[in-house]
Amino acid sequence: MTTVLLGGAVALIFFYAPVDQDGLNQKIFYFHVPIALTSYACFGWGALKAFQHLWKRTPGADLESYVAIHQGVIFGAMTLVTGSIWAKVRWGVWWVWGDEQLVLFLVLFLFYCAYFMLRFSVDPGPQRANLCAVYALFGVVLIPISFLAIRLANSYIHPTVFTSNGPQMATSQLATFCVAWAAMLSLAYFLYRFELAGKRLDADLKELRELLA
Amino acid sequence: MRRYAADVAVLARKDLMLELRARDTLPAMLLFVISALVVFHFALPSHSSDLAAKGLLWVAIVFTALVGLTRAFVAEREQRLIDGLLLAPCDRSAIWLAKAISVLAFLGAAEVVALPAYAAFFSGIGWSTVAAVALADIGIVAVGTLLAAVAAVSRTRELILPLLFLPLAIPVVIGGVGASVVGSPGRYLGFLCLYDAVFAIISWASFEYVVTE
Repeated sequence: MTTVLLGGAVALIFFYAPVDQDGLNQKIFYFHVPIALTSYACFGWGALKAFQHLWKRTPGADLESYVAIHQGVIFGAMTLVTGSIWAKVRWGVWWVWGDEQLVLFLVLFLFYCAYFMLRFSVDPGPQRANLCAVYALFGVVLIPISFLAIRLANSYIHPTVFTSNGPQMATSQLATFCVAWAAMLSLAYFLYRFELAGKRLDADLKELRELLA
Repeated sequence: MRRYAADVAVLARKDLMLELRARDTLPAMLLFVISALVVFHFALPSHSSDLAAKGLLWVAIVFTALVGLTRAFVAEREQRLIDGLLLAPCDRSAIWLAKAISVLAFLGAAEVVALPAYAAFFSGIGWSTVAAVALADIGIVAVGTLLAAVAAVSRTRELILPLLFLPLAIPVVIGGVGASVVGSPGRYLGFLCLYDAVFAIISWASFEYVVTE
C-alpha cells in the first residue's frame, strides 16, 4: 500500500503536475511540505501517547511515544534537508533565517534531539517513562509558541500557498499534493509499525532471556 | 488554598535559608553575569551598535539563569532531601512552586546588579527592557525549575540541563530582545506574558510526574 502510494506520488509529481513559474525546483514542494506535515503528525502522535501514559498509565504508551518521536525527528531532518535545497535553488543560499518554517524545524529538531539525550541518560524504568512523557508534552506546546515567536521575529518571505481563502493551486497540483502527503503519512506509519515491532520483539526477547537465566 | 500557600512559603523559606547559610549559588551567579558582560565587551568590535549589545544582555541573562538552575536541586539530590519532601503531606506541585520562587529571587537579585552594570558598561536601558526582563524571568524559572528536576534524575545532570533548556528558552530570547530593541514593545511583552502563563501551567501540572514513579 505504501509502495503503491509512493510510486503513484512520484509519478504524479513528475508527469502530471504542471511546472509553474518556479520551474523544476517547484517539484520539491511536493516532498518538502508533506514531509514537514508528516513530521508534525508524528510529534503530535508522540505527545498524545505521552499524555495517555501520564493520564491513564496505558501500558506500552511510553514506547509508542518514543517511536513516534523518533520517526518525527527523522522526517524533521528530511524537512531541513529538502527545505535547505529549496532555499539554495530559490534564493541562492543554503540557509535563510527569514524562512519561518525552516527556523521552526531547526528549533524543534534541537528540542527533540535533547529528548533523545534525556532518554538515553536515564535508566529504563517507570520514572524514565514519566520524564520523557512530560518532555514530549512540552514539545507539543513549544510548536505553536515557537511558531508565534519566530513570526514575531521575522519578516515574512516564505511563499504562502495555503491562505485563509483556501489552497491557491491548480486542481492537478492539489491532487498531486494530497497523494504525496498520503504517501508520506503511510510511509511514516509503516516505519512506525516496523520500528515498534522490532522494539517489542527486543523487549520480549530480553524478558525470555531473564526467565531462562 | 491557604494551606497550599503556607506549604509553599515554608518550602521557599527553607531554600532561601540554605542559601543564606551556604552562600554558594548567588555569589556564583553574580560573578558569572559580570564576567559574561566583560567578555561580551571584548566580543563586540568598537563601533558595533547598541542593539547588538542589547542582544548579548539576553544571552547573559539566560546563561546566568542556567547557572542558578544547575544548583537548584543539588541539596535535594546529594542529601536525598527529595525523599523527605515527597513523604511530607503536601501537594507535590508546592515543591515546584517554592523552588521556582527561590530561583526567581536569586535571578532577580543577580539582575539588580547586572542591569545597572550593563547600563554602565554598554548603554542605558529603558523601562521596556526592565519589564521584559521581569516577565522573562518568570517564564525562565517556571520551565527551568521543572527541567532542573528532570536533569537531577538523569545520569548526566549538569550536562543535560542546558540541552533541555535552551530550545525552550529561544521564544523567551525572541520576546525579550524584541521588547528591548523596537519602539513599541507591546506585542513582545504580550508574547512573554503568554509564554509565562502557558509554561507555568504545564510545569505546575506536570511536576508531580517528574518526581514520582
